[in-house]
Amino acid sequence: MGKYVLQRVIYMVVTLWVIATFTFFLMHTLPGSPLKNEERLSPELQEQILAEYGLDQPLPIQYVQYFKRLLVGDLGISFYYDGRKVTDLIAGGFPVSAHIGLQAILIGVLVGVPLGCIAALRRGTAVDNAATLVAILGVSVPSFVLAALLSYYVGVVWGILPAGLWGSWKHSILPSLSLSVLVIAQMARFIRTEMLEVLGQDYIKTAKAKGLSQSVVVMRHALRNSLIPAITILGPLMINILTGSLVVEHIFAIPGMGEMFVQSIVVNDYTGIMGVTLFYSLLIIIVIFVIDILYGLIDPRIRIAGVKE
Amino acid sequence: MRKWPGMILSILLVGGLFLTACGSGVTEFDEQGAAKKQVLDWAITAEPPGLDSAITTDTVSFQLLNNVMEGLYRLDPDSKPEPAIAERVEISDDKKRYTFYLRDAQWSDGKPVTAHDFEYAWKRGLNPKTASEYAVILFPIKNGEKYNQQQVSADEVGVKAVEDKKLVVELEAPIPYFLYLMTFATYYPQRQDIVEKYGNEYALEPDKMVYNGPFVMTEWKHNQSVQLKKNSKYWDQQNVKLDVINFPIVKDTSAGVNLYNTDKLDFTWINEAKFAEKYKDDKEAVKVNEFTTFYLVFNTKKNKVLSNAKIRKALSLAVDRKAYTDIVLKNGSVPAAGLVPPGVLANEDQSFREVAKGELGFDPQEAKKLLNEGLNELSVEKMPTLELLIDDTSVAKTMGEFYKEQFRKNIGVDLKIKSVPFKQRLELEKNREYEISNSGWGADFNDPITFLELFISESPFNRAQWSNKEYDALIKKSQVNADFDERMQDLIKAEQLLMEEMPIAPIYHRTRLALMRTHVKDVAFHPFGADFTFKWASIDSK
Repeated sequence: MGKYVLQRVIYMVVTLWVIATFTFFLMHTLPGSPLKNEERLSPELQEQILAEYGLDQPLPIQYVQYFKRLLVGDLGISFYYDGRKVTDLIAGGFPVSAHIGLQAILIGVLVGVPLGCIAALRRGTAVDNAATLVAILGVSVPSFVLAALLSYYVGVVWGILPAGLWGSWKHSILPSLSLSVLVIAQMARFIRTEMLEVLGQDYIKTAKAKGLSQSVVVMRHALRNSLIPAITILGPLMINILTGSLVVEHIFAIPGMGEMFVQSIVVNDYTGIMGVTLFYSLLIIIVIFVIDILYGLIDPRIRIAGVKE
Repeated sequence: MRKWPGMILSILLVGGLFLTACGSGVTEFDEQGAAKKQVLDWAITAEPPGLDSAITTDTVSFQLLNNVMEGLYRLDPDSKPEPAIAERVEISDDKKRYTFYLRDAQWSDGKPVTAHDFEYAWKRGLNPKTASEYAVILFPIKNGEKYNQQQVSADEVGVKAVEDKKLVVELEAPIPYFLYLMTFATYYPQRQDIVEKYGNEYALEPDKMVYNGPFVMTEWKHNQSVQLKKNSKYWDQQNVKLDVINFPIVKDTSAGVNLYNTDKLDFTWINEAKFAEKYKDDKEAVKVNEFTTFYLVFNTKKNKVLSNAKIRKALSLAVDRKAYTDIVLKNGSVPAAGLVPPGVLANEDQSFREVAKGELGFDPQEAKKLLNEGLNELSVEKMPTLELLIDDTSVAKTMGEFYKEQFRKNIGVDLKIKSVPFKQRLELEKNREYEISNSGWGADFNDPITFLELFISESPFNRAQWSNKEYDALIKKSQVNADFDERMQDLIKAEQLLMEEMPIAPIYHRTRLALMRTHVKDVAFHPFGADFTFKWASIDSK
């Protein structure tokens, strides 16, 4: 296990380095400079300011300099937010995005899993159809449409919850709900399909034959085995929600990180782009790693190579 | 027996992160007792990128700085400069030497505001090491540009604090708008001890700077909100009525409207057409004028047909500007009658447009005639399809569609639209790799020259690559002419020349729409520089 983890960690570092390198060079092909008043700067003044930032150096030299700083964990100073450290920007925005994102996942799992189970157990009935409908709606209605509707109806028309801004826990409900619908839908769909398959397996028959009650069979045997695909999609879903919260953050005026991701690219904030990309990449790599480990814990049939029996 | 280990682990994982995430900032925007306490909730559209006045170039930063800082002058409710930290000024006969006498004013930490604070800030802005992207606005100061280009030392820059309360400024040339510049952020004073104490951290947090304006910044939750409170050390604090101004950061127009409608905001922008349509006649809708002109730039050296003035004029005559402002935008923007926007002053009491008149008509018949004449002059048989370079914002795209339709319908010219991100448009314009571009310019101060000097031959902003000796001569003379009446006549002549030759076709001047509660009184809106001043603002009991 230890050897496996070490190996994975090495791969992770290599992956990060490759991503960073690609991003670095791709980013510099973006038209324009990171200067903000570019529109009003004569070419001479622009060059002078770029030189002040060391951006007049050949790219490979800038690359080496960037990586030297990166190795000691310095993501540099943002070009857009005068003087602000990129790490501070990430540290400011990410907790908010993570808050609404993880809350959305939690809601999604808590609602989606039972929904999928019920649909599978009551296959072909009205309950199943209703659950399927919810799933289809959830996949096809984009979170930002729902966000706009929730903000308007729940926030403005009915006045039940804040229509926007960030502050107390109340402010996080509607954004999380908007994001959770996709999770509910995905979860319900996967659980239903898996559950149907599992329920047809021999070991379920055996369990029933042993005289175990329906609930024990479902909870202990069927659900557990159905959870594997659910966990598989949980990773990508989590990433999807954490990186894709931009529009929802926009609609609810939430100080999250989604905005920073897009904004940094629009304004050529070189250090910002690098910082956010690396951070997200790291996050994705870690989530995938954790999911791989979880597999083994949930499904005894999947064991990591090299583990002593 | 292991029961649900996976499930438990996932829940722990999710829950754990959830709990840590919960720890971050918790504030309620409450606004009770407004009758006793004057609290204003005002939406700003972005996190201010920086509040170091010598460096910042950003609109939102200017909006905040204008209310926590104060220059020698400040824009009054009519957007004219009124004495602020300066009590009075003496201007030499050649109009190149300004002697400012400062009043007794204090910084928020109780130290006096002195002439040295101005000298320090201006030289800091010009210092090439500061890499200020707005250093250019300090160039009217004698040797300012040379110092920025490292040709002279800081001592040779024409600003000197001769006494604590006396600042002498030498200019490169006599300019009528120098007092306007005194209201601009880059000209605010800065405290050397504070700037040096915090170094790279200066102005990054509310307690890492000092203030000399009507308000002080008490809270800055990044990307979330900014809070200002009345500055008890401000010299004119008895005229400041607001106690607190909350600036939640609301980037999305719909979000702003939702918050406004749930009483969380007293002010929000509504620039999108759908809101303009809905609220334009609302009693809470306010129009905010801007000294901004949007125009089509014809690259006279790229496509042969655009080198012909008649064809450029034909294209201009083919655009129904009024239809664009009234039917497409609906936000109170006005059709352009020339390059210089209405409201820009020609002298003390008349605007440039009042004096210069001018009109940019809509006349498809005349346009067709000119187009044919132009094509004949060039011996070109068929008008080629032209390419229009435009931003990739929804407003710009709508605009592109509008031009396309107008040209096709009115003079049978086909337009191909190339929609790119802003930075790319700028790059293409700079490299002159475009045929027609949809561009614009906003004024930093109240003088027509800020628009007109863009189009002299050697200007890097003359993206039309148009060159006219007479025009160049008129503008260059105006840049140094101490006879301001003659100067204005020259500028009027220059604009006429520009409109005859039409290297650019001005289309409209932008007006922005906002919603503001009727009980909010006396907020001063400015069409250039910082957008608003809260110094005199108050709230009628709700």
